[in-house]
Amino acid sequence: MKTIKLLAILFISTLVFTACSDDHDDDHDHGDDEELITTVIYTLTDGTNPDVVLQWQDLDGDTGNAATITSGTLMANTTYTGTIQLLNETESPAEDITLEVRVEGDEHEFFYTTNSVNLTVTKTDDDGTNPLGIETELATGAASTGSLTIILKHEPTKPNDGTATGAGGSTDVEVTFPISVQ
Amino acid sequence: MQKLFIFCAFLWSINHINAQDCNYTFKGKITDFHDNSIIVGASIQIINTNKFTTSNLEGEFLFNNLCEGKLTLEIKHIACDTKIVSYNLTKNTFKEISLEHHLEELKEVVVKTNTKTEITSIEKSLKKEVITQFTDKSLGDALNTISGVSSLNTGNSIVKPMIHGLHSSRLLIINNNVRMFDQEWGDEHAPNIDINSSDRIDVIKGANSLRYGSDAVGGLILIRPKKYAIKDSLFGSTTTSLNSNGFGGNLNTEIIKTFKSGYYTKFQGNYKRFGDFKAPNYYLTNTGMQSINASFRTGYNSYEKGFDAYYSFVNNKIGILRSSHIGNVSDLVEAINNREPRIVEDFSYDINFPRQNIFHHLAKIEAFKRYKNLGKLSIQLDAQLNRRKEFDLRRGDLRNRPVIDLQLFTTSIQPNLEINTFENFKINTGFLIRYQNNDAIVNTGANTLIPDYNKYELGTYAILDYNLSETSELSFGVRYDYSKIKARKWYVESDWTALNYDVLFPQFDTGITDGLELLTRPEFTFNNFSTNLGYSKRFGNDYAFLFNYGLSQRMPNPSELFSGGLHHSAARIEFGFLTINKETANKFIMTLERNNKNFGFSISPYYKQIDGFIQLIPTGIKTTIRGAFPVWEYNQVNARIFGVDIDVNKEINSNFDYKGSLSLLQGDDLTNNNPLIHMPSANFSNSITYKNDDFHQLKIGVSQRTTLQQNRFPDFNFTTFNPVTQQQVFVDISSTPPSYTLFGFNSSAVFYPFKKGSMEVGFNIDNLFNVSYRENLNRLRYFADDLGRNYNLKIKLNY
Repeated sequence: MKTIKLLAILFISTLVFTACSDDHDDDHDHGDDEELITTVIYTLTDGTNPDVVLQWQDLDGDTGNAATITSGTLMANTTYTGTIQLLNETESPAEDITLEVRVEGDEHEFFYTTNSVNLTVTKTDDDGTNPLGIETELATGAASTGSLTIILKHEPTKPNDGTATGAGGSTDVEVTFPISVQ
Repeated sequence: MQKLFIFCAFLWSINHINAQDCNYTFKGKITDFHDNSIIVGASIQIINTNKFTTSNLEGEFLFNNLCEGKLTLEIKHIACDTKIVSYNLTKNTFKEISLEHHLEELKEVVVKTNTKTEITSIEKSLKKEVITQFTDKSLGDALNTISGVSSLNTGNSIVKPMIHGLHSSRLLIINNNVRMFDQEWGDEHAPNIDINSSDRIDVIKGANSLRYGSDAVGGLILIRPKKYAIKDSLFGSTTTSLNSNGFGGNLNTEIIKTFKSGYYTKFQGNYKRFGDFKAPNYYLTNTGMQSINASFRTGYNSYEKGFDAYYSFVNNKIGILRSSHIGNVSDLVEAINNREPRIVEDFSYDINFPRQNIFHHLAKIEAFKRYKNLGKLSIQLDAQLNRRKEFDLRRGDLRNRPVIDLQLFTTSIQPNLEINTFENFKINTGFLIRYQNNDAIVNTGANTLIPDYNKYELGTYAILDYNLSETSELSFGVRYDYSKIKARKWYVESDWTALNYDVLFPQFDTGITDGLELLTRPEFTFNNFSTNLGYSKRFGNDYAFLFNYGLSQRMPNPSELFSGGLHHSAARIEFGFLTINKETANKFIMTLERNNKNFGFSISPYYKQIDGFIQLIPTGIKTTIRGAFPVWEYNQVNARIFGVDIDVNKEINSNFDYKGSLSLLQGDDLTNNNPLIHMPSANFSNSITYKNDDFHQLKIGVSQRTTLQQNRFPDFNFTTFNPVTQQQVFVDISSTPPSYTLFGFNSSAVFYPFKKGSMEVGFNIDNLFNVSYRENLNRLRYFADDLGRNYNLKIKLNY
């Protein structure tokens, strides 16, 4: 019985040590969501008027408070240059996720969809086979109001029919802004 | 000097005995426990004397000139376990004594002749032959063949067993007498058990065996090792299984060395590898898996004392259907409407993202000693380490880092005392001390769903088994458990206040903040009480009636208390609550059975009332930067589950056997007057087997299993606005898939190509007609069909 006791103690303690020594981070750090996108900023410039900035911001992520949405008013019959920026503002300084998306351009694509508003968005960073949609050109028509939806797809079919639905993949961003063209 | 003294004492005692009244007779009859047939030629000895006899052609024997007092007999028969029985002799006595056939097993030589865990428990078993049939599948797949047992699946490799619609923390899985702790709370966390390391698996539907815990609301699964004969021997087996679906298979080998001295050693190793599985019409991309398992066992066994040490290692790397990774509710709607997975690639052995990689170490040591006039004292120490990594489809540098990385360590000590010196009853009592630590590894770059915690448990129990008569037995048990959980969790501050926790649990707030998050230290204590009453009665030759009542209480698991956040693989936001309390179940189950080869059956109705039943259900929609997600929350309702399991076996003639089973179940949420979510639907199966023992023990069988559509489901369907199509879309997450029937073919034969040992060859076909179907209890049913036809070849060498 004595050997059994010894054996038992030996092997339980071995396990305890293995368990405790493995990867334990004891400085009571906590996991941050490094993939989080808190902010989508779509900046539109026409060269003469002040920039129009559409912003969707949700600082506390998937749970917590609702997002704050800043929409804008566009001039009728005008062509704007658009740039999209994705930020993780829980980091300090804020992390620019757009850079990652650009690097992995073959696995990502932005899609722009409108509803009852007279405007069209064209992707200008399309090299012919690999449209990405970070850089765009937005052309407005007659005065109208409606909404603009910006979608970022991960691993879409490329090339595709130009619609988010047709491209498939999984959705990383899907935000809708109310828009008026005056 | 000492010898002389003993000799004198001996002489004195003989004189003393002779002075007593010694005219009694003891007449006995030896029968086989299983079929009551008489056993001829058993040797019977009155212990500590030289009085011997053997049973005659009627199985009877007689001792004359016995004295008043305790009479202890040892009964031996070549094909049976040796049995020792004691009687208190006060008059001429007749007793029927049953022996059990078990040549291979060295059972504990006690007055227990039933193969069941407890005589009064309601249970079903899987024997080694069935386990071998499922050598390259999972525990859940094998258990699925038992009536009343179903499974909650994530694809086809992650299979969680379910008893009467209850799973996860409500099922206790006992592996080699150690309760498994492998983060069993998650729907997509299958038990980390290599089915090949077991010899027999028992499913206990009745609430018996309080020895293992008070929270077996659903039941108990016992994975049992084999007991080896005390003799010098070296033997083993190697099983190879090859499959057309998944182009993979399994290699399992085990080798056992036993010694006449009582020592034994066993090693078992298993390697399993599959590529992408195939539904009838397409490959299920990224469903391959790899599994490496090993177990080692050594010990010593004798009547008086023994020990058993066991270590097992399980490593599973399981690919999860690529198409099941979706972004938001629009993606989910598309997946549901498409009816075909969005990513279908050619066959590959690659296991990409998403996938799970799990390690499970389990070790235990158990020792026992018998004491005269008391019973058997045993003590067990065990430890387990479970490391779970879940990888998802991620951007950039995070690609190769797991999104979930949790390590769970559990250790416990359990002494047990079995008091068996009384003629008519037996007492089992003991206690348990357990410590558990969960470590959420921080290096994932994602929010942790389950926080760090420490858990302390203390339990104590007493179980009384009472022989009312030769054919009936009563058992009664009580158990009390104390548990304390101390966690450390970061909450988003706005969540903390929105949930009113700042008012309800101000004591958990540490005041430490980081950005928008708040560090809290939730701490909970639970006192659980459980009890159990069992009765069994055997009548006729082979009929038995059993009844079980059980009260069990379960404390909420960490997922039910703490989870909060986006669950990518399910495309939903899941919330647990600190306000969740324990659940209490009252369970009634009874069985009428006939154990007969020619015509046997078992009818088992049951009723469970569960107060404070914790369930995860959809409660609304939340719009995030990724779009809209359904929100699933844990809540508590009063629930009721009832149903019946029926099994029938019939020998049509000497060559044909029939087996059939039927399971009916209904689950209701009584609080909301709604059906319960994720309840198994009615199903039935039939099989016919042709066997020819004279020709290579040939067996050829055809089986059918039908699962009916679940028409009773809670309707959590909803509509949401899709900004792309600018329409309200209907999200059909609740409607159930239609009924389906699967046919199977199986055959096996045994050959003796070598001098020693044998070779078993089996050829099987699953889903014979390549039916396309989806199962309601498969979490990936929105995305793809279940498995198509599979041809399987098995070769088992026994040596």
